[in-house]
Amino acid sequence: MSSINEIILISGMVVVTFSIRYILLAFSDRFSLPETFEKKLRFVPPAVLTAIIVPAVLMPGGSWDISLQNAYLPSAVGAIIAGFIFPKKVLAASISTGLIVFVIVRFFL
Amino acid sequence: MKHSSKNEFLNGMRDTIPLLLGAFPFGLIYGALAVSSGLSAKAALAMSAFVFAGSAQFIAVGLIAAGAPILIIIVTTFVVNLRHLLYSAALLPELKKLSQSWRIVLAFFLTDETFAVSAGRYRLEDNSPYKHWYQLGSSIIMYLNWQFWCAAGLALGTQIPNAQAWGMDVAMIVTFIGMTIPYIRTKPMVVTVLVAGTVSLLTWQLPYKLGLITAAILGVLAGISTEKVISIKKYNMKRDYE
Repeated sequence: MSSINEIILISGMVVVTFSIRYILLAFSDRFSLPETFEKKLRFVPPAVLTAIIVPAVLMPGGSWDISLQNAYLPSAVGAIIAGFIFPKKVLAASISTGLIVFVIVRFFL
Repeated sequence: MKHSSKNEFLNGMRDTIPLLLGAFPFGLIYGALAVSSGLSAKAALAMSAFVFAGSAQFIAVGLIAAGAPILIIIVTTFVVNLRHLLYSAALLPELKKLSQSWRIVLAFFLTDETFAVSAGRYRLEDNSPYKHWYQLGSSIIMYLNWQFWCAAGLALGTQIPNAQAWGMDVAMIVTFIGMTIPYIRTKPMVVTVLVAGTVSLLTWQLPYKLGLITAAILGVLAGISTEKVISIKKYNMKRDYE
């Protein structure tokens, strides 16, 4: 890729990414989002994250793989169980359990 | 404990440490893939420094390697990062109290990880006036971590052949699982997660990550509708009782 193209590409990505992150904050003095809207937004993060997680776990290579060959599957199950067992330390529990299960299944089984 | 900007900043950093674990393999693979995609090392570093969006960068180098036109890459970046609009909206009640310069800084650094830990901090009902310092601490440590591992990936480059096949992206997946679980407390949230998950599988083959957006939107709508149905039922029960 030529350096001019690189500059165009990265500038475009910067503009798009920063605008998304900033636009609501920029104009929040002039407009206020209705309270019910803010309440509804609580559904967004779990929806977005689930939509990223599920295909990555069940279709890692781009097609269904529900077997022990697919180390993502037991790793995700472990992360979910650990997260529910330790509600106060969900992140640490899910990440560490998920990684440990993944390494065991992938490299030792 | 007394609240101070310094304490909040350090706590934000500390609480983000487990999440660095999820981001580091991702940065490493990004750096390694950037080398082979045909992007120059300078451009790969600039992308990390100025765009600062892991999953979008990851997809971008994949598209560069495939020879996709620049416009397609920028549009894909938009679609993949659209979820940040929703994060900033969720943080809006807190962030609109701040000056524009604070908002610009915190917006630039807004990632899934920083959103997850900061939203948790804002939810706590103590009246610390320095909660935005917590978000800044989380932002800074995420940023430094990301820059470091992207550079390391670039430096190691060809020495990590087939980086993707190692399955290092599992770190990101288990991080996202840990972020989702705390939401799953009510029936409407369960419905949201089930619908988003199912639709994401059905729409997986749509190009440019459009399936992800479709699944997310339908998941949100399903949750909102469920909440409405439940509140109507409660209202009717109360009315019948009276």
